[in-house]
Amino acid sequence: MATESMQLEALISREYQHGFSTTLETDSVPIGLSEGVIRLISAKKEEPEFMLEWRLQAYRHWLTMSEPEWSTVHHPAIDYQAISYYSAPKARRDGPSSLADVDPELLRTYEKLGVPLEEREILSGVAVDAVFDSISVATTFKEKLGELGIIFCSFSEAVREQPELLKHYLGSVVPYTDNYFASLNSAVFSDGSFCYIPPGVHCPMELSTYFRINAINTGQFERTLIIADRDSYVSYLEGCTAPMRDENQLHAAVVELIALDNAQIRYATVQNWYPGDKEGKGGIYNFVTKRGECRGDNSKISWTQVETGSAITWKYPSVILKGDNSQGEFHSVALTNHYQQADTGTKMIHLGKNTRSNIVAKGISAGHGHNAYRGLVKMAKSAVGARNYSQCDSLLLGDKCAAHTFPYIEVKHPSARVEHEATTSRIGQEQLFYCQSRGLSAEDAVSIIVNGFCKEVFQELPMEFAVEAQKLLGVSLEGSIG
Amino acid sequence: MLDIRNLQVSVDGKAILKGIDLQVKAGEVHAIMGPNGSGKSTLVQLLAGREGYAARADAVLYQGAELLGMAAEERARQGIFLAFQYPVEIPGVANVYFLKAACNAIRRHRNLPELDAIDFLALIRSRLKLLGMDESLLYRPVNAGFSGGEKKRNEILQMAVLEPTLALLDESDSGLDIDALKVVAGGINALRSPQRAIVLVTHYQRLLDYVVPDRVHVLADGRIARSGDRQLAIELERTGYADTPAGHPAPPASRA
Repeated sequence: MATESMQLEALISREYQHGFSTTLETDSVPIGLSEGVIRLISAKKEEPEFMLEWRLQAYRHWLTMSEPEWSTVHHPAIDYQAISYYSAPKARRDGPSSLADVDPELLRTYEKLGVPLEEREILSGVAVDAVFDSISVATTFKEKLGELGIIFCSFSEAVREQPELLKHYLGSVVPYTDNYFASLNSAVFSDGSFCYIPPGVHCPMELSTYFRINAINTGQFERTLIIADRDSYVSYLEGCTAPMRDENQLHAAVVELIALDNAQIRYATVQNWYPGDKEGKGGIYNFVTKRGECRGDNSKISWTQVETGSAITWKYPSVILKGDNSQGEFHSVALTNHYQQADTGTKMIHLGKNTRSNIVAKGISAGHGHNAYRGLVKMAKSAVGARNYSQCDSLLLGDKCAAHTFPYIEVKHPSARVEHEATTSRIGQEQLFYCQSRGLSAEDAVSIIVNGFCKEVFQELPMEFAVEAQKLLGVSLEGSIG
Repeated sequence: MLDIRNLQVSVDGKAILKGIDLQVKAGEVHAIMGPNGSGKSTLVQLLAGREGYAARADAVLYQGAELLGMAAEERARQGIFLAFQYPVEIPGVANVYFLKAACNAIRRHRNLPELDAIDFLALIRSRLKLLGMDESLLYRPVNAGFSGGEKKRNEILQMAVLEPTLALLDESDSGLDIDALKVVAGGINALRSPQRAIVLVTHYQRLLDYVVPDRVHVLADGRIARSGDRQLAIELERTGYADTPAGHPAPPASRA
């Protein structure tokens, strides 16, 4: 434990030396946080007055709060005055000028993931013209979606062009008072995605931040708002599956989903932020608030996440089941290797009648990784006939890692039913030897065993995402077998 | 094919094998018998590359190459196969997927083109038919929820697909009813060829009624106490292991 905290200290001190101040261009604000900085951010983004007001309220509230300490993750205190809260995409000369300058180890990882060459260049931070292809791709989709009345744009654009929708829905699921990191995000969020699906429209394609080139260099405080109006459907994919070269430390995003009557939202994430190196140096602190509200009757929201990156993950994608007969789902794979820590899970808040929720959480710990599932299932007095089923499985590789499960259950109506099952297993020498004696390498063996363990969750992912997630697990577990 | 000279193995400081000499030629079937705890399983597991053993020997040669120190997957790719006494469960991984991955790992090593799903299915179906096994077995998770007999048959199926040069079978007959035993024996016999060698570890003579061995060895207290032809197995069935030097009481014949 002592070495671990030392490693993490090293992580912090090292990170703070690099990071933001050195690479900032003129289009940035100085480090530190104040009302002045927030006004500056809002002005740079040419935001309407209501947005600035909201940010300032959030900031003032944040000042009254303190960092949560209830989770299992450990890290030295974060100096919020040492962070720059707004920086434009890095100038080209800051990045490597060609692939030849990029860390070969990183390139090898991209190769394994099957990321096309152009994307490797983008992801490595090499500024190339291929970038512009993606912009045109994004525009093409945008026009096609526009014909259906679907609004899919950056958050900044939505602030300027959809103020009425924004005023109505922003903060209605995750208010700026919600928690420390959500408040911080509300004050300083840089950009993100906005999506509105009009009544009766079935969005014909998977929407993804991937298509929006500005997502790649978006700062650490993203904000996403998705509204599915009545009888509509949308499936949204978040994140890039390739490892990003990212020097940010704190990533505090907020995602709000709203599903009106009979609407369905599927939200899938494959998160692979930089996890730090084998000794636990570097890596992202991923403190994210994701929540959806099934506001209308018969609506449905499902979260599927594959979390393999970040030094620390603190994330509980949740669903408020307000409409009668609404359904919430959470499918998760969280992997921690080396010195990664994850405290993740979900909250299912049942308010409406006959609401249903289903939780499948798979935690994989390797190396010195710490993995905790934390889940709340709450059945309110109004939740007549509500049901939940939770299944939490942990898989351990090696004897230095740890897995914890913290299920919280609150039931206020006698007709509600809650089921919880949990298992913990270990990949044994026996399983490894069995696979190896059939000609499989130790790495392939672990990958096969782990993918078997995660199968139920991967089935929830869109096909191509599932394939990438499988590969990603294999890469993330490299070196976990001694 | 296999040439073992003065093999000594210990586990946690306890000597298990105390100087084994064994030569197996291509085309031969050898049966290794002996009482519980005599080191039979240790021998075949060591040959398959299981870790955790302290082993030394004048030589353990497979096709002229030294085996000790070679990784388990390397041995498998070079044609060694171990049918496990207790096959291991891998939840969530379809049997057919597992076998295809194994088959292609071995093919890659041999510079053969990998089989795609269609070709592989054709191959495995032909093996299933040969063994009289049901196709539903393919789509269940590897050994998970299998009965004892299904697990043993699944090992034989894997062997039939991977087509090893040296097959080591660790009590593939134990716990089987007579029908399952016939399937297992049929699978082993189907694999017999002048290019292959098979080493069977068994407690009982029963399997040898169906798979007739060229040589029978009796392992007792970490050494090969006696070697002979099939008659030796029949004799042991009658007398037990009590007469073998340094031997232990044999299981009663009635259990066979």
